[in-house]
Amino acid sequence: MGSSSYKKRMGPIEKQGVVQAYTMLVPTVAIVMAIVLFPLIANFWISFKDVTVSDLRIAEIKVTEKFQKKPKTKGDISKVEYRFNNFSKSSNIKNVNFKDILPKGLVIKELPNNCSISDNIINCQLGDFKPKEKKKIKFETIAENDYFISQENPKDTSPIVKGKSENRLLNLELKLKNFKEIFTSPNFWKTIRISFAYSLFSAIGSLTLGILAAQLLMTTFIGRGIIRGIFLFPYIAPIIAVTITWKILTDPFFGTINGILTQLQILNEPISFLQVRDMTINFLGFEFSFPVALSFVILFESWRYFPLAMIFILARLQSVPKELFEAAEIDGATPLQKFRSITWPLILGVLFVLFLLRFIWTFNKFDDIFLLTGGAAGTKTLTVDVYETGFNIGNLGTGAANAVLVFLILVFAAIFIIRFSPKE
Amino acid sequence: MNNSQKILISLIISSFWGLISNIVLGVFFILLIGSTIQFNYFSYIISSSIITLLIVFYDRKSLQIYISLFILTFILILIFTGLSPYGLNINENSFLQILFLLIQSFIILIGNIICLSGINKMSFNRLFLEILFLRVLKGFGFTFFLTIVLFPFYVMILMSLKTHQLLILNPLDLSIDITRGLNMFRSYIELFTDWGFGYYLLNSLIVSLSSIFIALIFAIPGAYAVARFNFPGKLLMINSILLIYLIPMITLLIPLYSFFTFINLRDSLFGLIIVYPAVTIPVAIYMLQGYFQTIPQELEEAGLVDGLSRTGVILKITLPLSLPAIASVSLFIFMVAWNEYLFAYMFLDTPAIFTLPRGLEQLDGTEVPRQHLMAGSVIATVPVIAVFLWAERYLTGGLTAGGIKG
Repeated sequence: MGSSSYKKRMGPIEKQGVVQAYTMLVPTVAIVMAIVLFPLIANFWISFKDVTVSDLRIAEIKVTEKFQKKPKTKGDISKVEYRFNNFSKSSNIKNVNFKDILPKGLVIKELPNNCSISDNIINCQLGDFKPKEKKKIKFETIAENDYFISQENPKDTSPIVKGKSENRLLNLELKLKNFKEIFTSPNFWKTIRISFAYSLFSAIGSLTLGILAAQLLMTTFIGRGIIRGIFLFPYIAPIIAVTITWKILTDPFFGTINGILTQLQILNEPISFLQVRDMTINFLGFEFSFPVALSFVILFESWRYFPLAMIFILARLQSVPKELFEAAEIDGATPLQKFRSITWPLILGVLFVLFLLRFIWTFNKFDDIFLLTGGAAGTKTLTVDVYETGFNIGNLGTGAANAVLVFLILVFAAIFIIRFSPKE
Repeated sequence: MNNSQKILISLIISSFWGLISNIVLGVFFILLIGSTIQFNYFSYIISSSIITLLIVFYDRKSLQIYISLFILTFILILIFTGLSPYGLNINENSFLQILFLLIQSFIILIGNIICLSGINKMSFNRLFLEILFLRVLKGFGFTFFLTIVLFPFYVMILMSLKTHQLLILNPLDLSIDITRGLNMFRSYIELFTDWGFGYYLLNSLIVSLSSIFIALIFAIPGAYAVARFNFPGKLLMINSILLIYLIPMITLLIPLYSFFTFINLRDSLFGLIIVYPAVTIPVAIYMLQGYFQTIPQELEEAGLVDGLSRTGVILKITLPLSLPAIASVSLFIFMVAWNEYLFAYMFLDTPAIFTLPRGLEQLDGTEVPRQHLMAGSVIATVPVIAVFLWAERYLTGGLTAGGIKG
């Protein structure tokens, strides 16, 4: 209703503008719909289906052909045999139809019931195939004169088999099995806990480093542009390159970091940072276990994404007139006072948006943990679980259900965070 | 401020610089020469303190004085460490030892001068202490950030130039042996001759450039429509653009994988060339429309009056004016497409069409020596960093104008 009253108030030129705007937008919206929105909805659909990776290959009948006792003279009898096999373990194939061309001069002695022949083309109705079902067609042929002229072998032409196989992704069988499987899994709450800890602490870590780095770059000095560029390296380098480097750096046997730490006598013996789940630490008489791999992955995330926070905070601070800081200085404010009463309130809004973004993106992140630990040593997050259930175990439906869970948690987290955001 | 206060502060600050410069440079030095060194913290602190006291009490500013202080620092360290600044005989690796010592003297001198500048004019109060404290903190901050940022890349490059035996023998020894000549680059050459990195590089290039091209073709009209026209549903459109950017890639993975398998787009570069633009278009539209709005509408109206069509206006007036924004959008898409791992990993099976991240992942799975892995990482990293540094000047203008600001 709102849009129609909107239209009425517009003049002809503006209406033309609307048409132009829509023509310009249609292709753009279409491609984004097709590659982003459609899969998102499709993911919900798949999460209710019991499908595996092997179901993606559309089931086909494989056929093998045999030609025995090749005729030597006129009147020789040979045998032709076709074997049909439905290799699919789960799909029915219906109304299977088979065609093949026989060489000239081979006459079929006794045509099987379900077959017909015309112009040397044999055509058979094979009916329905159950999963893994096999069928055969056998007949005998008599060689005539024509055969010895052309000397063709029946195997020269490949047979054509057609059937209707059902696509298990598209049928209407919807089940809750996948969700049941997820919620009853003994590791479910652990995975959720790890995902939240990972996202929360990584977001906090990258924001903290980002604030500090932005403070450093707020002072003017020679070469600031270069240093700013260098600070961005962790963020712009390919994820695969940096994860490989960190894996090699932390290797317990030949890793540089372990080498240096033992050399500086900070560590007594090398630690495999990415493979050790927990380490018992004795601190002031209290013993507590410390999640080593998870902490390392969080440190990695903070290292990789602090430049993003830094850029946003710098952009915010540089958009503020310098006079503000100068005035405070003249009034005798100390640097810490300036930070507390000018900088901090200024960047609070950006920090909030950044925290939201970093939390959501880290929660979505798959590559980083997958490449660093493969989800081992207590670092299996929900996204890694999507991959593991969907492709390692091969259960696409459960994978999709996990992905639905990721999506829903994010929607709720975003609503929750926005609800309790500082009003600015 | 009285003299004892000055001395106290000088000593604290000089100890800090003596210590930190020794630890950081010492670690880099260990990696470069590959053998254990001694950390003579105390000698460095004493040298640093003497220099600092000189700076504070002989407060003259001129280049000659600074140069002589620099030479003095160098000599003092040599004397206090007994001619072996890193616990090594001065005859072995003497070039590197002297080079590192020069750098270290420079850091000690500059750090102290900057931290203590104006100490004689200030009074001893909270403001002064905070300024001083922050100066030291900043010095530490720069050292800290530069170290954590550069360290992995430093190791990546040095390791790629080593041989397998040497790396196994002493993992800390990352020294470059210049006498090996071109042999240093053997792992790079082998990656191109034996491991097909030439193809990977080419494929990555094809995918990235096509993604930029396709995304721009779709995003420019879209962004223009959002920036210039009023139409029903515009607000919804702008809001959904941002929401789409938050959708987890992992939720698209299984449907796209299934869908692309059905239509035979999996295991082809086309699949990636469709996906990468589609996921970057929303951000591209957002950045571009912000910039388009800063272009005065009067310019375009003048073009329309002079008889240009809408397309003509966009091509001849709007686009040339928004080159900085287009450059930064292109850079953004390039970085996404060049670095993308998840879809490349799931979609590509045939080695001939691997992109660099996929090829590198494959290499990581085999029992390949680590200098090859590091060389591969360098090959994947250098182009994107080079493009980024080259384009950064456009980026700063483009990004801030494009709506990231605020």
